[in-house]
Amino acid sequence: MNDDEPLIRWQWIADHTAELADYTGIHLRLGLLPVLFGLIISVPLGILCHRWRWLYPPVLTVSNIMYSVPSLALFMIFVRYTGLTEQTVMIPLTLYTLSVLVPNVVDGLASVPEPVRLAATAMGFGAVRRVIQVELPIAVPVVIAGVRVAAVSSISLVAVGQLIGQGGLGYYITRGLQLDFPTPILTAIVLIMLLALATDALLVLAQRLLTPWSRNKVTSA
Amino acid sequence: MIRFDAVSKNYPNGTTAVDELSLELAEGGITVLVGPSGCGKTTTLRMINRMVEPTAGTVSLRGRDIREVNAPELRRGIGYVIQHAGLFPHRTVLDNIATVPMLLGWNKKKARTRAAELLELVGLPAEMAKRYPNQLSGGQQQRVGVARALCADPPVLLMDEPFSAVDPIVRAELQAEFIRLQKELHKTIVFVTHDIDEAIKLGDNIAVFRTGGKLAQFDTPERLLAHPADDFVADFVGQDRGIRRLSFVNAAELPLRDGPVLPATAPVAQARAADEPWVLVVDEGRRPLGWASVAELADGGTLADASLTPLGHTFSLVGDSARAALDSALLSPARLAVGVDAEGAVVGVADACELSAGTTAVQAAAGEQASTEAESASSESRATVGKTSADTPGGGDR
Repeated sequence: MNDDEPLIRWQWIADHTAELADYTGIHLRLGLLPVLFGLIISVPLGILCHRWRWLYPPVLTVSNIMYSVPSLALFMIFVRYTGLTEQTVMIPLTLYTLSVLVPNVVDGLASVPEPVRLAATAMGFGAVRRVIQVELPIAVPVVIAGVRVAAVSSISLVAVGQLIGQGGLGYYITRGLQLDFPTPILTAIVLIMLLALATDALLVLAQRLLTPWSRNKVTSA
Repeated sequence: MIRFDAVSKNYPNGTTAVDELSLELAEGGITVLVGPSGCGKTTTLRMINRMVEPTAGTVSLRGRDIREVNAPELRRGIGYVIQHAGLFPHRTVLDNIATVPMLLGWNKKKARTRAAELLELVGLPAEMAKRYPNQLSGGQQQRVGVARALCADPPVLLMDEPFSAVDPIVRAELQAEFIRLQKELHKTIVFVTHDIDEAIKLGDNIAVFRTGGKLAQFDTPERLLAHPADDFVADFVGQDRGIRRLSFVNAAELPLRDGPVLPATAPVAQARAADEPWVLVVDEGRRPLGWASVAELADGGTLADASLTPLGHTFSLVGDSARAALDSALLSPARLAVGVDAEGAVVGVADACELSAGTTAVQAAAGEQASTEAESASSESRATVGKTSADTPGGGDR
C-alpha cells in the first residue's frame, strides 16, 4: 500500500454518497430477499417436519450439507443456469438460511405447551386452523430468533457475490483492492456492519410488536 | 344424555385403557369419574368429544352417535377445561374466553361482549380482560379456563382435573365457586379427578374406575360411602368414610339441647347454679363469646369479668353439615358443639355422642327414602350402570 495514502479519505465518501446509497439498497435487497424466501420455504417445511417427525432428520441433513458447501462453489454452480444475475447470488443465500430457519420453525412449534395444543383441539380448532391461529403465533419468538441469525449472516455473505459481479457493497471491496485504495474498502465494511446491526435491531423491534404477550411476565395477585 | 355402550379403548401395544364400559350420564348433573392413575378416566372423558376414538362400542350424546358429527364441530358444542388451563398465551384474557364463539363465526363485538359477561360470571374483575395469561395467577388462569369453556353456552362441560394444579386454599375457593356456578347453569358436567374427596364434594354421581379401565361402581356419593361395592372401592374411598358420610347430613336436622348458656351480664353465682363444669357466655344478641370454666371463676361479679376459653369453632344450622358439627364438638373445651343460626346467635349445643346418635337416625331415614326414590325413578333418565339399576349396591361391579 502507498505509504502516503490515508486509511480514509472523507472527500471520496462525500463525492460518492449517491452511488453508495444505490449500492446499499442493492446490498439490502440481495441480503434480505433470500431471508424472506427462506422463511416462505421454512415455515411450511417446518410445519411438515413438526407434524411428521420422521421427515425432520433428512430435511435437516440436506440443509446442513448445503450450508457446508462454500458459497463461492455454489455461485459457480448456479452461474451455469442463471448467469451473472442477482438470482445467482440470492438462490444460494436462500438455501443457506434454511439450515437456521427450518430448525427454528420446528423448535418454535415444539415450544407450544402441550396443554395449549390440547385445549385448542378440544375447543374445536381444525388442524390447519390450529397451526395458523395458535401454534405459529406462539412459535414467533423462536422463529424470529432464527431470522435474526439468518439475516445478519446473509447480509455479510452478499459481498462474496462480487466474484460474479453481484455483491452489493462488495463492489467497493474488490475495487479498493484493485486500486490499492483503502477508503472504499473500509466504507463498505462499516456500511455492511451497520446494515446488519440495523436489521437486527428492527427484527428485535418487530418481535416486541408481534408478541406483546411474551413480555411482562408479572404474576399479579 | 351421554351414553357409553360397551365402549373399549385398546392401544396397538396391547394396553387396555377402557374395558367394555357401559354408562349413562344424567342430564344436568355432575358426574365425577374417579380412580387411580391409569384407570382410563381421562380416556373415557376424551371419548366424549372424540379426542380419543373408541376401538369398540358407541358413545352417544342426546341419542346421537357422536361419530356422525364432524369432530371440530362436535367439540365446539362441548366445553372443555383442563388441568393447566391451557390458555392461549398470545391472546388476551378476553380473546381467550371468546375463542369458541369466534370459531362458531360470531362477529367479534358480540363475542367479546359475551366474553366480558363470562369474565364477570367467574368472578374476575373487568380490568383483567386486556391482560395476557402469563400475567395471571394459577387460580385466575383456571377461572379464565372455565369462562372459556362456558362462553358459547354449551350444554355439556368436560373437566379434566381442573383444580389439581393449584394450592389447597385456591382449590377450595374454586370448588365452592364451581358449585355456585353449577346451581345457576345446570350444565351436564363430566368431571375427572383422582381425588376422592373432591369427587364426593362435587359429584351428583360418581363412577369409580379401577386400573385396567374397568368401572368398579357407579353411584351417588352417599351410597358410595355407605355401600362400597367391593374391597377396591372401600379401600379407594378411604378408611374415614364414616366421617365423610356426615357431610351429607344437614346440621339443621341434628337434635340440639339448650345447654348452659348465660349472658355476659349474668352474675357468677348463676353460673355456679347451673351445675355444669363449663358455661357458654354469650353477648346481648346471644352470639357466643367463649367458654367459662366454672371451677376457675372468681367469686362475685359477673361473667363479663371472667377470662374465657376460645370456642374452637361453632357450626351453622344454615349450610353446615353434621361433619362440621362433630368437629365443633371435638374442638370445644367443653366437648360441646355450639350450633348458631344465620345471625350467629346460639341455637343450642350437643356433645359428640348426641350428634352421632342424631346423625344415624337421619341417615337411616334418608336411606329408606333414597331406595324408594331410586326404585320409582328407574324408568326416568336416571343414571344407570350397564343393565343393572343404580339402586343396587355394587351394580357397577364386573
